[in-house]
Amino acid sequence: MSRRLINQHPGRAAGLALGVLPFVALLLVYVIASQLRLAVNADDKLLPSLSTIVDTFHSYAFEEDRRSGQVLFWADTWASLKRIGAALGISAALAMLLAVGIGVIPRARALLSPLLNTVAMIPPLAILPILFIVLGLEETSKIALIVIGVAPCVSRDLALRVAELPREQIIKAQTLGASTWQLILRVVLPQLWPRLIDAIRLAMGSAWLFLIAAEAIASTEGLGYRIFLVRRYLAMDVILPYVVWITLLAVFSDLGLRALRARAFRWAEPER
Amino acid sequence: MASVSVRNVWKEYGGHVVLENLRLEIADHEFVTIIGASGCGKTTFLKMLIGMEQPSRGQILIDGKPIRPEPDPDRGVVFQRYSSFPHLTVLENVLLGLELKAAPLAGRLFGRARRAAREAALAMLESVGLAHAQGKYPAQLSGGMQQRLSIAQAVVCKPKILLLDEPFGALDPGVTADMHQLILRLWTENRMTIFMVSHDIQESFSLGTRLLTFDKVRHDPQAPEAYGASVTYDLSLSRSRREAVAAAPAA
Repeated sequence: MSRRLINQHPGRAAGLALGVLPFVALLLVYVIASQLRLAVNADDKLLPSLSTIVDTFHSYAFEEDRRSGQVLFWADTWASLKRIGAALGISAALAMLLAVGIGVIPRARALLSPLLNTVAMIPPLAILPILFIVLGLEETSKIALIVIGVAPCVSRDLALRVAELPREQIIKAQTLGASTWQLILRVVLPQLWPRLIDAIRLAMGSAWLFLIAAEAIASTEGLGYRIFLVRRYLAMDVILPYVVWITLLAVFSDLGLRALRARAFRWAEPER
Repeated sequence: MASVSVRNVWKEYGGHVVLENLRLEIADHEFVTIIGASGCGKTTFLKMLIGMEQPSRGQILIDGKPIRPEPDPDRGVVFQRYSSFPHLTVLENVLLGLELKAAPLAGRLFGRARRAAREAALAMLESVGLAHAQGKYPAQLSGGMQQRLSIAQAVVCKPKILLLDEPFGALDPGVTADMHQLILRLWTENRMTIFMVSHDIQESFSLGTRLLTFDKVRHDPQAPEAYGASVTYDLSLSRSRREAVAAAPAA
């Protein structure tokens, strides 16, 4: 008798094949659609053939741009990664400080919690003009936009995680002689690191959103800048590989953070 | 050395009286067991001893001095759950108290000082039978072993008073018997005064040198929250019987 659907687990190879299947299907649909369009109009720009995409990508990634003398693809990547890296670093530091303050020290909670809850509700894109006016069009305003978009949510999430620490632990630490400082250092912070990694992983999506928004509006290089620049020429052969590349960067940074968490915080991993 | 005086202590939340007019003198090295129906305020009483809650009226003194209104290292505690630290190994959990005491700024010890503290922590683990599990995390231990760890962690700091909130309530009966021997041995070796809240009457009789039952003396059916509980029985239990239990594992 065959088992219920909920009890039928694919094997290792079958599981892998199932995972790859949708990607292959999407690629196939694209190739067919592209060929159909190009058959009607050889100059069609909407769905360029894979070979056109590869050619264009090659010139972007391995040849110097005649005007700027830079290899555009890598210059764009480096510019964007610097911005998002700096912004996530600043957000993480800020969030840890706020979360520990709010979670552990009642006076800090009374002072900061209402402010944080309000600031978190400001739509970051609405204050982008203010940032550009106050901070100029350079790097600072772009990093600031990402920080403003990401840090409040990460902070609130972490503050909740601190509040979730069982009261018994906090009491126990005090009966072992812990001062406020020691409690933060030895009990709260070490348990917060893996949760910070989780919070950053979740915030990564909106961080990229704000990065690309900022780059689209005012920039001279960056992945988001390039996409919006070539949009004017309907250069799908540039846009598509850039989108794939941004997705890959996000996927790999997510995997990297997950691996870091598993390696550095073995105690926080679910029991297998 | 720790005697405890409870002087006319009341605990109320708004109009809800939980405990009324507790008066107790507890001698040094007493093993006080506390039983009572749920909601009778026995845990509230323990929380006041820990410093998690303050009396609404009256005061509690240890060795004649009012207790600090927050938890401190004079009063160790073992809860039913969650009282060891999940991010530290068994050894690190026991080391923690020693490190906190010796290193106010860094909160951890290095070099020779750490080795000395490690020796003390290992001796403590040996004494509670956890030396073999020193490298594990609490989540990898059984319930009984987790409670052993929690007890070791508290006792290694040599508190004057040890407060136990239903510490064996979630354990299997066989495990509980072992834990009774352990706690009696530690109590004798370290000369602590112990308060233990329990829901197990037999355990309360066999472990304690003094047994308190909490219950409401007066009851108003129209206003069930108007009167609080107080101590209804205060029994001195025979030492000889208790010592017979304590002597059993040695034999």
